[in-house]
Amino acid sequence: METNSTLSRTPSYVLQGGLAILFLFPIIWAAVASVSPSPGSSQVFGYGLGNYKTLYDSGVGLPTWLLNSVVISVLTVTFVLAVSMMGGYAFAKFSFPGKNVLFLSTLAILMVPSATLLIPIYLLHNFARTVPIIDQIANMNLVWLALVLGMFQLPFATYMMRISFESVPREIEEAALVDGSGTFAAFRHILLPLVRPGIVTVALFAFLAAWNDFFAPLILINSSAEQPLPLALVNLRQQTMGAVDFGSTEAGVVVMSIPCLILFLLLQRYYVQGFMSGAIKG
Amino acid sequence: MTSAAPAREVGSGRRLTAKRTRQLVGFFYALPTLVYVICFFIIPVILVAWMSAHGCKLLTCTIPNPGQLNLPDNYSSVSGNDLFWPAVFFTIEYTVLATVLLIGMGLGLALLVQKGGRWVSVLRTSFLVPGALGLATASLLFWGVYSGAIGPFNPLMDGLNSLGTQLGLVTQTSQISFLGSPNTALLSTTVLIVWKYAGFYMIILLVGLQAIPRDVYEAASIDGASRWQTFRFITLPLLRPSIALSMILCITGSLLAFDQFYVLTKGGPDNTTVTLVQLIYREAFIRQNLGTAAAVSIIVLVALFLLNALQFRGLRGNVAD
Repeated sequence: METNSTLSRTPSYVLQGGLAILFLFPIIWAAVASVSPSPGSSQVFGYGLGNYKTLYDSGVGLPTWLLNSVVISVLTVTFVLAVSMMGGYAFAKFSFPGKNVLFLSTLAILMVPSATLLIPIYLLHNFARTVPIIDQIANMNLVWLALVLGMFQLPFATYMMRISFESVPREIEEAALVDGSGTFAAFRHILLPLVRPGIVTVALFAFLAAWNDFFAPLILINSSAEQPLPLALVNLRQQTMGAVDFGSTEAGVVVMSIPCLILFLLLQRYYVQGFMSGAIKG
Repeated sequence: MTSAAPAREVGSGRRLTAKRTRQLVGFFYALPTLVYVICFFIIPVILVAWMSAHGCKLLTCTIPNPGQLNLPDNYSSVSGNDLFWPAVFFTIEYTVLATVLLIGMGLGLALLVQKGGRWVSVLRTSFLVPGALGLATASLLFWGVYSGAIGPFNPLMDGLNSLGTQLGLVTQTSQISFLGSPNTALLSTTVLIVWKYAGFYMIILLVGLQAIPRDVYEAASIDGASRWQTFRFITLPLLRPSIALSMILCITGSLLAFDQFYVLTKGGPDNTTVTLVQLIYREAFIRQNLGTAAAVSIIVLVALFLLNALQFRGLRGNVAD
């Protein structure tokens, strides 16, 4: 194989380049299509942002849906990080009765299809709304949705934080404890900085999952003003009677994709590592 | 010497309280996980079993009042549901197709990007990019790609049509209908899935490929093995654990398909692309039978559990080989 000349490798380069273009093509196409003229869309003549304008003005409007998506994603990341950082620390560095049962129960979430959990969670949601204190929480439905999305992320996050804390040598924690700091100070100032890669991976996956989820909001959100963007886009498409506006749908696809693509390109290393440890050992 | 024994006793007593304190501290850190898992996992699992035993209706079913006890009718009526068997067969058909294509594609890509280098890392990134998009987003994207109105295949077909007409080869212009018939709808949706997830399986199989020791390949090349022989008799057998793992993930994921069909085909044409999870969704929120939907979802849960147990046994067998 080492004797191959550049010439004999050319077909292979063409194949590889062609494949790469094939994988990138749909995304580039969506970006171009969203600003291209097409009959039946809001961008009939010449290139421009007419489709984005329509999306901005339609229904309760793009800003509301975008804000919902941001609120849901930020809450989900917060819940998942808070719970999995503490839980990962407990599972890695402490022993207490019931530890293994709790850890296995957390991982067991992976075994149950999300539909099987969302049906009772729908009923539980209705029940929670009848409890006065819970019902008075601001944006209760969005908070509830974020808690549900966080639950789906919990197995990967807890597992990831557990192996991160386990890789910190025992001596470092003990040295901190001998110095007179309590477990919380040791946790906060010594251990957390050391497990930063794990934290970034968990936050990245929790954000992408919450930002992109469609099934949970489809079941749990029923007011147009509380929809996150993916649900709003699918519903918008169905509400349009007669001629379907493909242009503004593709504009929505671009808006949804931009944060994912930026995070992916910035944090690709964490993304791949997360996939590997989640997939191989999870 | 005489004071040694009591001192040890005091010491061990203190160690015991220290151990007990540490247990408590550990439990305190695990407490949020415990509460979370109980409220959003354990209670829902119990609740879904309870719902599946009652004639729970969408608009009237509440937590203290699930409606009449409806056993075993909720379960026994499932096989009589007009959509159940078509959904089972369609979901299996889709799972087989998606698994074969995804693992084939993932393996091909992994072999392409096996070696390092700048060009290869660009390739890996471009294969991974689609995975960063959400499934519903990607489905909406392909809904546009497959549409006659703005899809890129439309101008292409127009060009081919006019060329054909000029050459006298075609008398009737035609368009591709990507989602119009049951088979094209299945195939078009699978293409979307392969596009989105091939990079993911590439990574899993790449890890497996790179775990194969170099000297095995060297020994094969000394023995004069051809590239095909090396792949067939060395790479493939040593990659079996990674392939088996990919299969488990891919089969589980495909059996639970929902978003892509909900967005692209809505289960059509003529309910030919209704998956099991779509059936659960329709039963619960369109036909408003939460009780029977819960029963179907428990059947799916048990089936999936048995299938995974079976596959894990197979995986362990593979590793032992």
